[in-house]
Amino acid sequence: MKRRDLIKNITLTSVGLATAQVLPAQTENIAAGKPKKQKSNYGRTPDEIKRDEKLASETFFTPGEMAVITRLCDIILPAEGTSPSAVQVGVPAFIEFIAKDMPYQQVPLRGGIMWLENYSRKLFGKSFVAITPANQMTIVDAIAYPELATPAVSAGVAFFNLMRDLTLTGFYTTEAGFEDLGYVGNRPNNWEGPPAEVLKKFNF
Amino acid sequence: MTFQIKETPEIFDVVIVGSGAGGGMAAYTLTKAGAKVCLLEAGSYYDPADPQYITQMKNPWESPRRGASSTRPFGDFDAAYGGWQIEGEPYSAVKGTEFHWFRSRMLGGRTNHWGRISLRFGPNDFKRGSLTGIGDDWPIGYDDLKPFYDKTDKLIGIFGSVENIYNEPDGIYLPPPPMRLHEHFIKKAGTNLKIPVIPSRLSILTRPINNERGSCFYCNQCSRGCNKYADFSSSSVLVIPAMKTGNLTLINHAMVREVLTDQATGLATGVSYVDTKTMAEVSVRAKRVVLGASACESARLLLNSKSARFPQGLANTSGVIGKYLNDSTGASRSAFVPSLMNRDRYNEDGVGGSHIYSPWWLDNNKLDFARGYHIEYGGGMGMPGYGFGMGMHNNNGKYPYPNGEKLPAGGYGSRLREDVNRFYGAHIGMAGRGEPIPLETNYCEIDPGKVDKYGIPTLRFHYKWSDHEIKQAKHMQDTFEELIIEMGGIPLGNKPGADTNYGLEAPGKIIHEIGTVRMGDNPNRSALNKYQQAHDVKNLFVVDAGPFVSQGDKNVTWTILASSMRTSEYIIDQVKANKI
Repeated sequence: MKRRDLIKNITLTSVGLATAQVLPAQTENIAAGKPKKQKSNYGRTPDEIKRDEKLASETFFTPGEMAVITRLCDIILPAEGTSPSAVQVGVPAFIEFIAKDMPYQQVPLRGGIMWLENYSRKLFGKSFVAITPANQMTIVDAIAYPELATPAVSAGVAFFNLMRDLTLTGFYTTEAGFEDLGYVGNRPNNWEGPPAEVLKKFNF
Repeated sequence: MTFQIKETPEIFDVVIVGSGAGGGMAAYTLTKAGAKVCLLEAGSYYDPADPQYITQMKNPWESPRRGASSTRPFGDFDAAYGGWQIEGEPYSAVKGTEFHWFRSRMLGGRTNHWGRISLRFGPNDFKRGSLTGIGDDWPIGYDDLKPFYDKTDKLIGIFGSVENIYNEPDGIYLPPPPMRLHEHFIKKAGTNLKIPVIPSRLSILTRPINNERGSCFYCNQCSRGCNKYADFSSSSVLVIPAMKTGNLTLINHAMVREVLTDQATGLATGVSYVDTKTMAEVSVRAKRVVLGASACESARLLLNSKSARFPQGLANTSGVIGKYLNDSTGASRSAFVPSLMNRDRYNEDGVGGSHIYSPWWLDNNKLDFARGYHIEYGGGMGMPGYGFGMGMHNNNGKYPYPNGEKLPAGGYGSRLREDVNRFYGAHIGMAGRGEPIPLETNYCEIDPGKVDKYGIPTLRFHYKWSDHEIKQAKHMQDTFEELIIEMGGIPLGNKPGADTNYGLEAPGKIIHEIGTVRMGDNPNRSALNKYQQAHDVKNLFVVDAGPFVSQGDKNVTWTILASSMRTSEYIIDQVKANKI
């Protein structure tokens, strides 16, 4: 997998996309239920601007729930090499927005967190974020592999699948995600077909 | 709010309802000929080059939902305002039937986000009744429309390739773009299976054609509207140039309520509309009325234009208005292609849409369904948006890593980055778009007692697929699997079976609805003559897809444009001859 120096100049402005530097402040704001002001610069109609602003002004998850989401995001996509972690690029805030934007996600997310908290208390007597990292990984390992997991934890598997889905989408739709992926499109060019060496590799 | 009815002082030569492909082409052709035209659009102004509307070239992080479809049905960056549901503008369906009605409330209508697939109908597409014994013939044939297809090609611009296939007439083409890597795979598989795979025919400028419009810079985002006007939208290519003639009065936010008539002469005298910003009622007087509001909206407007002289609605002596509603069939399948794993990275955006397609290649006389379909293809190293990377646990346990190791499905951490990277660009998709049988029993009608927020009676639909469409979808699914397996791919999900009508999309979902204001030679069985002129009202015309008797498996926009140009030229001739 190719890696590039990428974290140097992450200067993203939209909601949910903190720079690595402003991350602690943003986490505090989210935890305190203070969302960042939404800036509409992507061709919105007046009704859409209103809806975006309304969603941005609301808070769905409690600080405790956000802490669980943040910890899971960090486990699912930690920083690697020069590529930042999901938390560093604001994926928890993105998940919070999605919960508000797509009400059908609210019960699976909140209920999933409740399931995880209950499971953690049963096994280790405390909230998921309060147990040791080793114990957290014991729980995660029980629910992160759908084909190996026991039927008793199927609710946890479904929740972890959802968290993995949202974390991957949240991360790869950022500038850091583009870099990690090596995506080089969305810029003017003159398309002349795949490079000759690529066609040659497949005998085209 | 005011209940005073305003009237525009001017009597226009023509008033046109709707600014999409049909209304836009009529506005362009008529204003260029010197007519004073009033164009009414229910939605807002829109210019894909004006920064306040631009979604093109935006990155996913500029949307807090990363382009998800919570607000717009095709995602935040799609150019269409509106969708299958619009607040305050309801419709319904008779129990046990289904129809989904997509409306774009904006200048240019649905042409702002469409796929730019610009296929001519072939000679056989106009003669379904006489060739197959099912359905009806059109009152015109390919030769009647060919000159207008040619003029549309030259005016608007289209790329493609000359193939000399009888029922897929060639146009006047700009060069097509080269194939993407997965398209080479599909072409090879198709060739092995004797399924033709040819360059797409899209109204995108791979070369500049004039000084008003730029040429394609290959961002893959035609559905977002083009700020260089390098693809066809009615807003940028027809209406805005028509405004520059000085002959066009464009009124936005004008929801037309009815066509006005003179009860003595029976002629149309204009239309009345609701100003959706102020809720004021306004009437526009004109010597001729042209409807391009979309098939169902034009039918609704005529059915709502009741008077003592026209008790069944305007131009509806035949009672045919609303009937024979038909939408393209659609079914799809996606696949994973292991040999496309671990791809070299390069910019593979290309034009907005597939660079290849498969025109219908079989003989329905040898099949158990009466009409054909074409196949559109997707894939490549596209821009991530909402949904990217989802479902990883369905895939990442199946394929070994370069060191030969296999890991259990799902997981977390560093391997997920590698999974995303190795699978990127290894998925393909294919979708069939087929010709339906137009049936009298599939229709829209005025819903008794129901109105929208403007007080305009709304539509109720009655639509069921016939066995022909269901069997056609079954054939699509079989073909998709053959193609996927031939290229070494693995079809995803379970093969859609009889329980889902083989994945056949619900009526209206493909957004190619036509047929509700039929043309024909017999005034007892059609609303319009062969010039799309009302049998009952000689100064009333319809220029959207309402007049079409059938739709082939050809996305209908190019035929709307050619037909609207033909009707507009007919109007000019008739005016010159003092007939209307």
